[in-house]
Amino acid sequence: MQNLKVRLARGGAAMVGLWLALPAVGAESISYNRDIRPILSDTCFHCHGPDQKTRKGKFRLDVAEDAVKKGAIVPGKPEESKLITRILSKEADEVMPPPESHKPLSAAQKEILSRWIAAGAKYEKHWAYVPPVKPAITAEGNPIDALVHQRQRELGLTAAPAADRRTLARRLYFDLAGLPPKPEEVDAFSVDLAPDAVSRLSEKLLAAPQFGERMAIGWLDVVRYADTIGYHSDNPRNVWPYRDYVIRAFNDNKRFDQFTREQLAGDLLPGATQEQKVGSAFNRLILSTEEGGAQAKDYEARMLTDRVRAVSTVWLGQTVGCAQCHDHKFDPIKQRDFYSLGAFFADIEEPIIGGREPGMLVPDATQAAELQRREEVLARAQKEYDTPKEEWLAAYRTWEAEQTDGAMQESRWTALSPASVSAASGAELKLEKDHSLLARGKTNVTETYTIQFTNGVKDAVAFRLETLPHDSLPGKGPGRGASGNFALTEVVATVQRPGQTPSTVQFVSARADFEQLAVPAAQSRPLTGARSVIGGPVKVEPTGWAIAPQTGQPHQLILSLSAPLTVHEGETLVLELKQNEPGLALGHFRIGVATDPAETSGPLRFAPVKEIADLLLIPVAKRDAAQRDKLFDYFKNGAPETAAARKTLAEARKSRDEFVGTIPHCLVSATNSQPRTVRVLPRGNFLIETGDIVQPALPQFLAGEETNAPGRRLNRLDLANWLVARENPLPARVVMNRLWKQFFGVGLSRVVDDLGAQGELPPNQALLDWLACEFMDSGWDVKHMVRLIVNSEVYQQSSVPSPETRAHDPLNRELAAQGRWRLEAELVRDNALTVAGLLEGRIGGPSTKPYQPDGYWENLNFPTRNYDASPGKDQYRRGLYTWWQRSYLHPSLVAFDAPTREECAADRNRSNIPQQALVLLNDPTYVEAARALAVRMIKEGGEEAGGRIAWAWRQVLNRAPRPDELATTRALLAKELAEYHADPGAAQSLLKTGQTPLPGGLDDAELAAWTNIARVLLNLHETITRA
Amino acid sequence: MKPHPELKQYLAQRQTRRTFLGRTSQGLGALALASLINPGLASVAAAANRDKWTGVVKPFDFPPKAKRVIWLTMAGGPSHLETFDAKPKLAKMHGQPMPESFTQGKQIAQLQGQKLVCYGPQHGFKRFGRNGTEICEKFPLIGSVLDEICLVRSMTTEAINHDPAHMFMNTGSQIAGRPSMGAWATYGLGSDAEDLPGFVVLTSLGRGGQNQPIAARQWAAGLLPSRFQGVHLRGKGDPVLYLSNPAGVTHAQQKDVVDAINAINAKYDTIVDDPEIATRIVQYEMAFKMQTSVPELMDIKGEGTATLDLYGCQPGDGSFASNCLLARRLAERGVRFIQLYHKDWDHHGGVKEGIALKAQEIDRACMALITDLKQRGMLDETLIVWAGEFGRTPMSQGGDGRDHHNAGFTVWLAGGGIKPGMVYGATDELGYAAVENPVDVHDLHATMLRVLGIEHTKLSVKFQGLDARLTGIAGKTITGILA
Repeated sequence: MQNLKVRLARGGAAMVGLWLALPAVGAESISYNRDIRPILSDTCFHCHGPDQKTRKGKFRLDVAEDAVKKGAIVPGKPEESKLITRILSKEADEVMPPPESHKPLSAAQKEILSRWIAAGAKYEKHWAYVPPVKPAITAEGNPIDALVHQRQRELGLTAAPAADRRTLARRLYFDLAGLPPKPEEVDAFSVDLAPDAVSRLSEKLLAAPQFGERMAIGWLDVVRYADTIGYHSDNPRNVWPYRDYVIRAFNDNKRFDQFTREQLAGDLLPGATQEQKVGSAFNRLILSTEEGGAQAKDYEARMLTDRVRAVSTVWLGQTVGCAQCHDHKFDPIKQRDFYSLGAFFADIEEPIIGGREPGMLVPDATQAAELQRREEVLARAQKEYDTPKEEWLAAYRTWEAEQTDGAMQESRWTALSPASVSAASGAELKLEKDHSLLARGKTNVTETYTIQFTNGVKDAVAFRLETLPHDSLPGKGPGRGASGNFALTEVVATVQRPGQTPSTVQFVSARADFEQLAVPAAQSRPLTGARSVIGGPVKVEPTGWAIAPQTGQPHQLILSLSAPLTVHEGETLVLELKQNEPGLALGHFRIGVATDPAETSGPLRFAPVKEIADLLLIPVAKRDAAQRDKLFDYFKNGAPETAAARKTLAEARKSRDEFVGTIPHCLVSATNSQPRTVRVLPRGNFLIETGDIVQPALPQFLAGEETNAPGRRLNRLDLANWLVARENPLPARVVMNRLWKQFFGVGLSRVVDDLGAQGELPPNQALLDWLACEFMDSGWDVKHMVRLIVNSEVYQQSSVPSPETRAHDPLNRELAAQGRWRLEAELVRDNALTVAGLLEGRIGGPSTKPYQPDGYWENLNFPTRNYDASPGKDQYRRGLYTWWQRSYLHPSLVAFDAPTREECAADRNRSNIPQQALVLLNDPTYVEAARALAVRMIKEGGEEAGGRIAWAWRQVLNRAPRPDELATTRALLAKELAEYHADPGAAQSLLKTGQTPLPGGLDDAELAAWTNIARVLLNLHETITRA
Repeated sequence: MKPHPELKQYLAQRQTRRTFLGRTSQGLGALALASLINPGLASVAAAANRDKWTGVVKPFDFPPKAKRVIWLTMAGGPSHLETFDAKPKLAKMHGQPMPESFTQGKQIAQLQGQKLVCYGPQHGFKRFGRNGTEICEKFPLIGSVLDEICLVRSMTTEAINHDPAHMFMNTGSQIAGRPSMGAWATYGLGSDAEDLPGFVVLTSLGRGGQNQPIAARQWAAGLLPSRFQGVHLRGKGDPVLYLSNPAGVTHAQQKDVVDAINAINAKYDTIVDDPEIATRIVQYEMAFKMQTSVPELMDIKGEGTATLDLYGCQPGDGSFASNCLLARRLAERGVRFIQLYHKDWDHHGGVKEGIALKAQEIDRACMALITDLKQRGMLDETLIVWAGEFGRTPMSQGGDGRDHHNAGFTVWLAGGGIKPGMVYGATDELGYAAVENPVDVHDLHATMLRVLGIEHTKLSVKFQGLDARLTGIAGKTITGILA
């Protein structure tokens, strides 16, 4: 059955009832915070508390003056207090809380309220909002022990005895490294009875890099670190360097206040380092979307609320999220506080919808040096290229002259827009915007295009046929032949004037920029060039203009007229383009005319692209520097003379870019000087834009007025500094409470994600306050606090509670025994891989992909994705490096309660469900681990079965097998051996699971049988339990 | 190295728990509560019974009308205008500007900043059932059982993008991490299934290619314990993840392995007296049983031609129709909440052809599910809900499609506790907004829980100090559709 993290609250009984059922704890003095506030908060504050919108009867019970003024409470006189008369009333319309709230008070609750008023109705400020005061400790020894034992003495409880050495060694390894100890390490610790044995072992573990990995797991949960964006397409984002930053921070024992500042505002620190900026990736761990139709205002609001919930969960342990739509019902958090807190993050530079960013480059020292080297090579190549050479200048002058000529020529042509077109074959000719015609449809026949122009022509001296490449044509055209060639056989131009016989236009010459004169081997008939197209009717040999092999580029054919031609409006110019080679029709072309006789002779040039042509048409003397540079750059980009320098430059750039591709990237925070406007959103509704505009401000109930009025806009660094200020009552308590949970299984205040009114007053508040003060006094020294905890007797005691403890403190809130619990999801994996000898211990790096069932991602889309399990050693890395796909987290992690990290998770479930059995029994990761462990059993465990079993038990559980275990496994082994000997194929199938190669020289049946023994061992409850 | 150096200590305390349980007289209430939180305290012997979750709703708040829910999620957002909401006025306004009075200040998804033009219904409507209710002619088989169905034509939702809208429809919240309604139902009521999970999810793809992604969070237990999470039964590969034995391990061998694990765990429990161990043993037994029961469940070959023809499916085709048949089989086995996702309803373009295709995929299957359950006497005790995460705009998108729409759309319910053959609520004359008896997602949830015998305001769990509920702080039962 689950250890429910949530309190099952059907009927509102909750914890209060439980505590009242215990032997009266300090019953003589009633404490408002301990005894009264939980009742009022749970049953009254909703209507008579901080939220004025839901407040009824215009009075509140959370403020003493109000309650007294309205007569709800008459201190010392319960019988005169309306609160008491109403809760005792038998009338349905009179009794409080009203029946429809489903929160009836128990008799005990009614009585204690009455006694509290009788005793003077003394209110106290909520415990967690009062800065912690370090209790004075007179006793010798570890203050944790002093404070725990003191309470136990008051309550008549006795601490459990110290745990045995094996249990303690395993506990320390699991808690500090997240990995099991080697048997030799347990042996050494077991015989080391020196008083500082625990201290020495814990120092060793605190100094090992696995400590940071172990500590990171909980932190990554609470900051909701994941590899993907979360919503809809749930695509990847680059943030894993932040994960490694967290590991490093714990290993380097970075001061927690600094850790806080870097995550919230690393980019704002003076002279921010790469490391500090990576820390600021914290602000980017929100959920985001790429979904089409997502509304920016909607997601702006979601991102703001996401961040407010994160900061309030991670550092404040407050459910500020409740104030998104209204003032908090139980805590003095105003809706305005919520949005003011969100406004701290309005400066973060980011796309609201759908923008993918690679993130900041995060090279390590080696990579940084290599990157610099390549940048320098690139800079040299660039400089070389940028420095003009005399031969380049000479070539440029020639080029410039030719190109200018080309531009001039081009400027003298006007494209004609056809009025109608037809193709004899039935092919389609589509008129494009630039007046060109694009052919498609029927091909492989002889062809004649007939094109009519009716817009008139004045004084034309030449026609031009431009043939143009196009992506839709074979070989990009410009022809429709297989390679892009065409063969134009004849051009006939006629003019039709109303009432006249059509007259043929006479051509005197035809020139082309290129002519296919050689006859390709495959071509059976010769082509005779441009001149042939005006040669009149076809003669003996087929003739025409073709352009192979210069396909895929533009060409032009200029036909000079015998006399200037004028065609008036109302008259029609008809061009017939005859193409007598089947399949070699024109694909894309344009017709133009020129009136300048210069176009009837001389070399044919192409115009450069329009923007260059425009520059060239400016007289040299009138070009400005930018125009001159642009022309020269354009020349350099294509000139054969600069090719070598260009190549060097391109290679240097490619080398740099490719190397950049191998360097990690990380999304980080960057500030925008124009922060987004943040408004209070009534009822949290982003469509209502009438709410007040708010500036960044600290929650009023915690921060004083002055803190919020420094005379400038507050920023994220101000927020971080306030969080870790000595006078802030919450963060140190919140962090110590979570740390305590890591080492005892339960927080000192049980509801680790809410230290507000609806949370739990810690039974041992003195201890939590001492830890919080010590944490701050020590300079926010995390390792110091861990050291204090693990060196305490309370930590080292047995996890088996005594009869008294069970009877009087069934939930073990007084710590008269250690806790025992199933390992966290990641550690279940790490443990199996370690004992199998498969674990790849490298710290940090990109996330990895353990085996995952095929098709698990089938419901992902945009794009659909395949899952490729990591090859080689990456397959065997620790669980915390698993690729964290928010919408489909790896199913074996899910089975063991790893959170999806869509929301901050301070408190993981610890369930016990059938899926866990299926994972440990059948997931290839565990089958492979069992096989690897079996290989070790056979190779290292001696020849005899009992010896091998004992060896395995020692490796996995650090103890000898019990007789029943020996008997069970021996019997199973005998059976399995027989079965696999009888079915060698089955043995081979089993041994094929996983990527690790099989060592040679082992009998398949024997190894398969031992693999099943190892599966038993890896599945044992004890194997996955930290005791 | 000895076995259990801690053994002595454990043995010394071995009697303690029994003693504690035997002689304690005070605080029975406390013990009962503690056992709810940690049931190991309650009993050692009957671990299996103890671990059977029977729900927190005791007694029922109302006489339950249905034992289970089959929720047919039409993922992508079906157009109500081409399915169940006839709008002749919209046909008349086809091509004309959408009157601004309808759309001003409302959420718009992909049509943001575009000209809004009315787009008439793309299919005809016909009258079906004894009341002659009009539904789209592409769904004649659903029409043939319309007398069993209650159409709610005034549905609304808060979200307008797929992911948040699914989250809202499933969990009553747009913030990730809240329990899905199936998790709530099994948390509240437990499940009658002996060797299957209480909350099962099946998915199928449409043939139109508009298969929007669905996140596993849609069936997550969220802040409830993991045992309440939906288990996705997959059409390909292992129907349940990690269900198959490793290659080369027979069913008998797997049993031997599980027996050995359980035997050793049981012995360990006698030493350390940890209630989690008994639970662990029960879970291994359950897992092993699932290795048989799930493949047996998924194998529909034995259903017979008549049934397969009724649904219009073939064994192993992975279709929505197959999943409907599986839903009936799951219902027979006592599963509390069965949720089917059929994708491909996201008709930003080609809504006419798209709906015609979807009709081919679901019309027969929906009719078959209702008919089959009815002829087996199970319709009365099963609540069927047909719902997308939102509807679609009366305005055209791109000339042949419709955008996401949350102000009014249609869902339907059938079976236990629901008044059959009726229409509830209405949208305005253009099908834009629900104007008569508007229903929101919380109301739909409240009504579902009511039919199951649960008062929605009372089914809660403490989370971060608050009473978290499926219906949040809202929700009112739609009494008008209760039988």
